[in-house]
Amino acid sequence: MNNTQSTGLIFELSKSGRRCHRLPKCDVPNSARIDQMIPKEYLAKQVLPLPEIGEIDLIRHFTNLSARNMSIDTNFYPLGSCTMKYNPKRHERIAAFPGFANLHPLQDDDTIQGMLELLHSMQEYLAEISGLPAVSLQPAAGAQGELTALFVAAAYFRDKGETHRRKVLVPDSAHGTNPASAALAGFDTITIKSGANGLVDLDDLKSKLGADTAVFMITNPNTLGLFETQIQEITELLHAQGALVYLDGANMNAILGITRPGDFGADMQHYNVHKTFTGPHGGGGPGSGPIAVRDYLAKYLPAPIVVKEGDRFRLNYNMPQSIGRVRSFFGTIGILFRGYCYIRTLGPDGLKQVSEHAVLNANYLRARVSEGYEVPHAGPCMHEFVASARKLLREKKVRAMDVCKRLLDYGFHAPTVYFPMVVSEALMFEPTETESKETLDAFAEVMLKIANEDPEVLRTAPHTHIISRPDEVKAAKEPVLRWTKA
Amino acid sequence: MTNPTELHYAPSHEWVKLDGDIATIGVTKFAVEQLTEPTFLELAKRGKSVKAADEIGVIESVKSTSSIYAPVPGEVVEVNQAALENLALVNEDPFGAGWLVKLKLAPGASFDHLMNATQYNAQIAGH
Repeated sequence: MNNTQSTGLIFELSKSGRRCHRLPKCDVPNSARIDQMIPKEYLAKQVLPLPEIGEIDLIRHFTNLSARNMSIDTNFYPLGSCTMKYNPKRHERIAAFPGFANLHPLQDDDTIQGMLELLHSMQEYLAEISGLPAVSLQPAAGAQGELTALFVAAAYFRDKGETHRRKVLVPDSAHGTNPASAALAGFDTITIKSGANGLVDLDDLKSKLGADTAVFMITNPNTLGLFETQIQEITELLHAQGALVYLDGANMNAILGITRPGDFGADMQHYNVHKTFTGPHGGGGPGSGPIAVRDYLAKYLPAPIVVKEGDRFRLNYNMPQSIGRVRSFFGTIGILFRGYCYIRTLGPDGLKQVSEHAVLNANYLRARVSEGYEVPHAGPCMHEFVASARKLLREKKVRAMDVCKRLLDYGFHAPTVYFPMVVSEALMFEPTETESKETLDAFAEVMLKIANEDPEVLRTAPHTHIISRPDEVKAAKEPVLRWTKA
Repeated sequence: MTNPTELHYAPSHEWVKLDGDIATIGVTKFAVEQLTEPTFLELAKRGKSVKAADEIGVIESVKSTSSIYAPVPGEVVEVNQAALENLALVNEDPFGAGWLVKLKLAPGASFDHLMNATQYNAQIAGH
């Protein structure tokens, strides 16, 4: 049902005097004279143009907008590199327990022992899964985890008097956040090439590795969904130079309980709790990006860390070499909470099964999609794979983006498109572990059907949605980022 | 796709035209098609000295962001102001009005590592 009612901007629906509720009379003395309570320079020059709207119109506005959204609860969502896995509803229920949900972060440690125990357990679980013993739960998402870890690395090298280590090496298939984090942490980024097999080109790595290397950031499995089989040799090369290895943990969903970054030589890693451990992350958040590091890096982690003393838990701020806070309070608690529930529900064997099923589903879908699309790198893959639409572009002037837009007509969310950049016309699929064979088959059938559809139908898709193609070029060139009253 | 035969090409999809000791540099039509319509362009300032493979600019589309590298060493003597102000020039005429920068070649600059049109055609074939 295409209900176009009430889907303008809420500001445009405003009618003077309409209200959802009436505020009680203010009981603060002298509140009529706001300029006596707040210095004049902090007061707005005019009344803010906040929307004035009745409750029924408000509810319709947001309900109609929400129904326009594709989500994991409504559609298959194989968005590669994002691990759009199902978010179990029991986590929502447990996260809403008032004993946790109504805590205030400034409460005394003695009054929040349950929450601190939960966070302490989460630190221990994440340490165990990564094979890296020291954990900070603070970072707000993966990219902030990267940045935090690079600050930790910089503090470590400063301590050792090795400030000449200026370079962070990043493969050309890496997430764009890797070089961005390195730059923000004050390092110079050096790109390492991928070989034709999609793995790190060892010769290129060796030629760029040196005494000035601080960190090598590697994603394993990498963004092509391939396990870096030379990982041990790579980490040995880095360690021989005195450098650190950072693992981008975006793809942890492929290796839970099967291998551990600490065991294959990584010194630091982040997790995406909102990917691997089911935090809902539609609409961009909130994220949670804890990091795990080796014991000799623990003292540089952001304070505070939850520690256990006897049978009591407390927040330890006494970390003189800490890089300092990277986020307010203890991290994105609500998402960590859901991750904790997931880990406790599944246990070690269940988590291992998650990865096995994620890899199985990806390989099944890979085989089906490759009936109609080129899959440039040899399989088997891990939890995701990258196909290319370049044959369609060559033969029919149909681009990967057109395929993605057409998928929307059939009720499927698109895969990740044009990433990683080492594959032209890239389509990156990550089905996750919870999808049934029926869903994977239905999706594969549509992919194969689209490959043979009329090119013009594809170039103008989608055809069944309220809007078709927003003008992305204009939006990028002339963005309108703020509403102003006409 | 026709890549002009009088140009030299870098594997990273820049072209170079030599005129005396002035090298005009742009990106190829193939690069622009891969990138899709550019939305942002940034070029090195006049007077900047670059080695071969140094960054001389950044070009963005809604699809991705790519660095533009100097195929040969030299000093930036001119940037294409018209292209900076109107990205459609790069999109529509990358080998002509959409050129990006002119370099005064460094002494002894070599073109040996660059490709001719036939070699470049072979590189991009199959994409």
